[in-house]
Amino acid sequence: MTTVAAEPNRGSAVSEKRAPAASPSIMTPRQVVGRIGFYTVIALATAFFALPMLWLLSTPFDDTPGLSISVPDLTLNNFRDLLDNPYALGSLVNSIVLAVGTALLVVVFAALASYSLSRVKIPGRDMLLYALLLLSSIVTGTAAMVPIFLMMFELGLIDSQIGVIMVLSGGLLPAAIFILKDFVDTIPKSYEESARVFGASSFQILRHIVVPVIRPGLATIAVWTVVNVWGNFLVPFILLRDTDKQPAAVLMRTFYTEGGAPNLALISTFSLLYSIPVVLMYLFVSRKYGFRFHGGIKS
Amino acid sequence: MAQTTSPATEAAPGEPDGSAPGPASNSEGGDQVDGGETDVVGLGKWRASAFVAPALVLVAIFLVFPALWTLYIGITNYRLTGIAARAPEFVGFDNYTRAIGDANFLNSLWLTLIFVLFSAVIGQNVLGFALAWRLQDVQGWVKGMVQSLVLLAWILPSSIVAFLWIALLDRDSGTLNAMLGTPGLAWLIEYPMVSIIVFNIWRGTAFSMLLYSAALASVPPSQLETATLVGASRWQTLRDVVFPHVRGHVLTNTLLISLWTFNDFTPFLITAGGPNGRTETLPVYIYNTAITGGEMGYGAAVSLIMLLINLVIAMFYLRLLRERR
Repeated sequence: MTTVAAEPNRGSAVSEKRAPAASPSIMTPRQVVGRIGFYTVIALATAFFALPMLWLLSTPFDDTPGLSISVPDLTLNNFRDLLDNPYALGSLVNSIVLAVGTALLVVVFAALASYSLSRVKIPGRDMLLYALLLLSSIVTGTAAMVPIFLMMFELGLIDSQIGVIMVLSGGLLPAAIFILKDFVDTIPKSYEESARVFGASSFQILRHIVVPVIRPGLATIAVWTVVNVWGNFLVPFILLRDTDKQPAAVLMRTFYTEGGAPNLALISTFSLLYSIPVVLMYLFVSRKYGFRFHGGIKS
Repeated sequence: MAQTTSPATEAAPGEPDGSAPGPASNSEGGDQVDGGETDVVGLGKWRASAFVAPALVLVAIFLVFPALWTLYIGITNYRLTGIAARAPEFVGFDNYTRAIGDANFLNSLWLTLIFVLFSAVIGQNVLGFALAWRLQDVQGWVKGMVQSLVLLAWILPSSIVAFLWIALLDRDSGTLNAMLGTPGLAWLIEYPMVSIIVFNIWRGTAFSMLLYSAALASVPPSQLETATLVGASRWQTLRDVVFPHVRGHVLTNTLLISLWTFNDFTPFLITAGGPNGRTETLPVYIYNTAITGGEMGYGAAVSLIMLLINLVIAMFYLRLLRERR
C-alpha cells in the first residue's frame, strides 16, 4: 500500500539528508546517541506490533497449544481439530459465499453507476454524489444496526445469506461508486470516441472498450469489497443465527465462549486459515496495482 | 466507511500502469473532472439513469431507509418480544428523556469520548505520524518490516485480532504478564479501558501512518535542506517546515479516524462491554440494550444520537475536502 508514485521524490531527499551521517568518521557522540535512540524506538514499535501476532504463527503448530507464545514442538495435529469440527470448514465456505456474492453485486452495480455518473451529466448528479458520500460515512453498521436488524426481522430475512449480502452491498456501494468514478474520470474519452467514429454501438463500446480499460479499477473494488466482507463481524453476527450459515468471523466466537475453556488448537489453526486469504489479497493488490491509497482497503 | 477522496491522492498521483496503454495526458483528465463530460458512448440520460438505478435502489433500501426509520422507531416502545412487539405505541420523546437521565447511557457516552480521544485522536494520530516521520529516513528491509507489521494489524479480521489480544492479556498464561513479570494480573478486568485503547491504537495506526507518509513526501526537499543548512534542530524543522505542509492532512486524518473509532464494534469482541459496563462504548451499548435486551425503541433513540454525531463529524470532513479542491 506504499504510495509508489511518491517514492523517487522521497528517495532523493533521503540520500542527501543522510550523506553526512553515512561516513562513521564524522559522527559526533550526539549523533551516535541519536542513532541508538532511533533504533530503540523502531525496535519498540516493531515489538509492539509484532507481539500479539506471534501467537498466530507459533500456536497452530505447537504440540501443546497454550495462550502464551512459545517455541513450538512442531506438529500438525492441531489441524485435525479443525477438520473434526463440524462447522469450521463450512464457515469458511460461508465467508466465501458472502464475500463473493457481495463483491459481484458491488462491482457490477458500482461499475454501471460510476460510468454513467462520470460520462453523462444526469441532473442533480453532484448533489447525488455528495449525498452518497455523506450517507456512507454516517450510516455505519453500528449506528444502523437497530433499524437494519428490525427491518430484516420484519421481512423474515434473519438467517438469510442473501439478506446479509444485500445489507453489506448497500453499505459498501456509495464508497465503491466514489472510488470507481474517480478512476473513470482519469480515463481519456478518446478511446470511446474513436470506437464511435468507427461505428461501434453503445454496448459494443462498453463491452469491448470500457470494461477492459477500467478493469484495474474493478479489480480494486472487488478486492476492497472482499476484504471488507471477509472481516465483517457485526452484520452477519446480528442477522445470522443458524450456525450452519455463519461465516468464519462469527463462528470463531463459539470456539471460546461456549463450553468453558477455549479450544486453542482449533482457534489457532482456524485463525491462521481464516487470515491467509486477506493477507494474500493484500499482497496481490499492493504488488499489482500499488494501491493509490485513496479508497484504502478497509472501511 | 468512505475514505474515498483522501488527500493522499494529491501526494501520489499517477496511475500504476495496467495492461492497457496507460491513461494518457493529465490535462485531458483535468478537463473531464470539471464537468466537461460529453456522453461519448451515446447512452443518453435515460439509459444512464437506468445504469445508476440498481445501485441507488440498494442504497435507498439498506442505507437511507434504515436511517429514516430510526427516527420513527425511536419515538415508539418497539420491543422484540411481548405485547409491544405486536403493536408498538407512540411514546413521544420518552426514549430520549430516558437516555439523558440514564446513568448507563451517560457512562457509555463518556467512555466513547475517552476511547475516541485517547485511542484515535491522540494514539493513532501521534504514533502514525511518528512512524511515518521516523521511517522516512530508513530504507530497505527495516522499513518494509515495520510497515508490513503495522499494516497486518490493520487488515486481519477483527475476530482474529480480538482473540490475539485476549491471549496476550490473559491473566494466567498471557504473554504480557510473562514479559512484565506480573503473573495473575487480569488486564481486561483491572484496566479494561486502557486495554481496549491500546488495542485500538495497535489496530488502527496503519491508516494514519500511510496518510502521513504520503503527506510527508509532499514536503519540498529543498525546504528541508535549507532548514538543515541554517542549523535548525529536528524539532524546529518539524514545527516550522514540515507542519505547515501537513496541517490539512492532520485535520482530515483526525476526523476520519475519530469517525471510525467512534463507530468501532471491535471492543465488543474483546470485553463485550464488561466488566460491569466499564468498556461499554456506544456501539456496544446499543447492541446490549436493543439486540440482546430487545428494547428496540430505546436502542433506536440512542442510534439516532449516534447518527447525529456521525453527521457532525462527516460534515466537517466534507467541508474540509471541498475547501481543498
